[in-house]
Amino acid sequence: MKIPLRYNLRSLLVRWVGTLMTAIGIGLTVAIFIVMNALVNGLDSTFVQTGRENQLVIIRQGSLAETNSYFDRGLYETVRLLDGIAHDKSGQPLASGEITVIINHPRLTGESANVLIRGVSDMAFAVRPEVKITSGRKFRDGLRELVVSQSLANRFQNMQIGKTIHIGRSDWRVVGLMEAGGTAYDSEIWADYEDVAQEWDRPIYSSILVRANDAKAAESLTKRIKDDQRINLQALDQKTYFKDQMVSSIGIKALGLFIAVVMGIGSCFAAMNMMYSAVMGRMKEVGTLRALGFKRRSILSSFLVESVILALAGGILGCLMALPLHGLSTGTANFISFSEVLFHFRITPTILLKGLAFAAIVGVLGGILPARRAARIKLVEVLRD
Amino acid sequence: MSEPLIEISALSKVFQRDSVEVRALDRVDMQVFPGDFVCLMGPSGSGKSTLLNIIAGVDRPSEGSVIVAGESLNEMSEDELAAWRNHHVGFVFQHFNLIPVLTAFENVELPLLLTSLSKKERREHVTTAMELVGLTDRMDHYPRQLSGGQEQRVAIARAIVTDPTCVLADEPTGDLDAHSAREVLEVLKGLNEQFKKTIMMVTHDPHAAAYASTRYQLEKGVFSKEGARQTV
Ligand SMILES: Nc1ncnc2c1ncn2[C@@H]1O[C@H](COP(=O)(O)OP(=O)(O)O)[C@@H](O)[C@H]1O
Ligand SMILES: [Mg+2]
Repeated sequence: MKIPLRYNLRSLLVRWVGTLMTAIGIGLTVAIFIVMNALVNGLDSTFVQTGRENQLVIIRQGSLAETNSYFDRGLYETVRLLDGIAHDKSGQPLASGEITVIINHPRLTGESANVLIRGVSDMAFAVRPEVKITSGRKFRDGLRELVVSQSLANRFQNMQIGKTIHIGRSDWRVVGLMEAGGTAYDSEIWADYEDVAQEWDRPIYSSILVRANDAKAAESLTKRIKDDQRINLQALDQKTYFKDQMVSSIGIKALGLFIAVVMGIGSCFAAMNMMYSAVMGRMKEVGTLRALGFKRRSILSSFLVESVILALAGGILGCLMALPLHGLSTGTANFISFSEVLFHFRITPTILLKGLAFAAIVGVLGGILPARRAARIKLVEVLRD
Repeated sequence: MSEPLIEISALSKVFQRDSVEVRALDRVDMQVFPGDFVCLMGPSGSGKSTLLNIIAGVDRPSEGSVIVAGESLNEMSEDELAAWRNHHVGFVFQHFNLIPVLTAFENVELPLLLTSLSKKERREHVTTAMELVGLTDRMDHYPRQLSGGQEQRVAIARAIVTDPTCVLADEPTGDLDAHSAREVLEVLKGLNEQFKKTIMMVTHDPHAAAYASTRYQLEKGVFSKEGARQTV
């Protein structure tokens, strides 16, 4: 860098209106880029945080998820007695047979979304210590009672304690709220297994969550279930199972990437426009610098650097614009809901750095042509006025 | 007599404008010796700026050769010419051409950024140059805070700060009032007399021409017979 940076900084300041406008434009793009990343990050971490070591989700062979798995109740009795499953203090195997049902329910804002109802027994809480009732109480058998996750209660109609929801053929009363430590269970409603099975006339299980004694036991259990021709089930590592659910965020990623690219191209043009007018207005200065002995390469890098500074200023604005949204996630509107999964909106330092890198790329791409134009001036002609 | 510092032989420059050829310089020969203060006169469009630009390595000849300080400019690449200009030429423009966003000090320092001088050495050189043009009290002023005459003196400081082989000035007083013009010419004269700087100046102004030791008269791209090389 032969030409001093202050030359670029002051040149940008002299044209501060144009600089500010362009920076705001780039800033909006960067803000949206950051928001996209924060959404995906929130979604990813919800699934990554879900699950414990040495626990297995057992579902029907060939099913991809609990929600499209079902099997005979008798299989539960077979599975819970298998070797390698841990036991609780009273000697019961830690195996939780569960049924899942999807309902469509209106949000507070009016439009409907899918919500998962999980019919469980006490064992479900034993294998998921992260799930805690935070207010009210647990549901009782046979009374059509619900425990709703705090995040759903914040977002959906009639999901607050004391309210009643009509699902299936009956009215169900919300008696408690729960939290699940930012895991996927934070987007669920739990009720008594028998109640749910009766309501939908489905005497089946969707899944069994079991805790193995150790990693080795988990491995042999998985193999045992796979190899047994009589039980048409598969056992999946609980953490892996939820990580694989992340594929659902690929769509959001692709959409985010598409929006970022489209807006990024727009920003490149904004930067290019600004830099072209800067170059045109400073032809004589460029000619003077060249006459003083600065090489074309120095001129090129000087304008490129100026463009990157401009874009980075936009990047910083973008970070400042996006950051308040992170504040929101700990405030009242605690979650952003995307279909049936609710997740935290997380802006991390890495995401901010990515936003700045994105801005820098916009600066380079937008600046390259104007900078080349500046480097290739016809010296005599610009010096002749 | 010593070796010529600038040696021009059979120099022609043809500009192509649309389909019309303009012959700005037509087989010009010229020699400038170290310590000369040369003045180039002639009507508008006679080729004065073109000649000066070619000597400065800013423009290239169509034919003929230019040798400055023993080096032939004809063979140099664009980047070699840039480095050569930084080393050998101090250029003074009619419209001063200071960088508006840089202070007087920073403007004068610019050509030194291409040398290997330290920050401290650069400061010393800039201060010396500003002393020579009598503007040490204006170091931190921006060009718009200076009068035309002061701007041109800063530009002269920038031209001499690298201690170049020759100072080339294209109508340096063209934008100045009579008083400022005289100040600028006195500075150039001082450089020539005290520091033996070789100076080549284009001007319209007979008063300005009076400062020179040698005068050339250009007419339509050739030196006019009676005007060629008058030594005062
Ligand atoms: N870049 C150029 N393209 C075309 N014609 C030019 C160019 N530069 C100079 N000329 C022509 O060359 C001639 C000499 O110009 P110049 O050297 O600027 O004259 P002076 O400085 O004596 O006024 C003029 O006729 C001018 O129009
Ligand atoms: Mg001229």
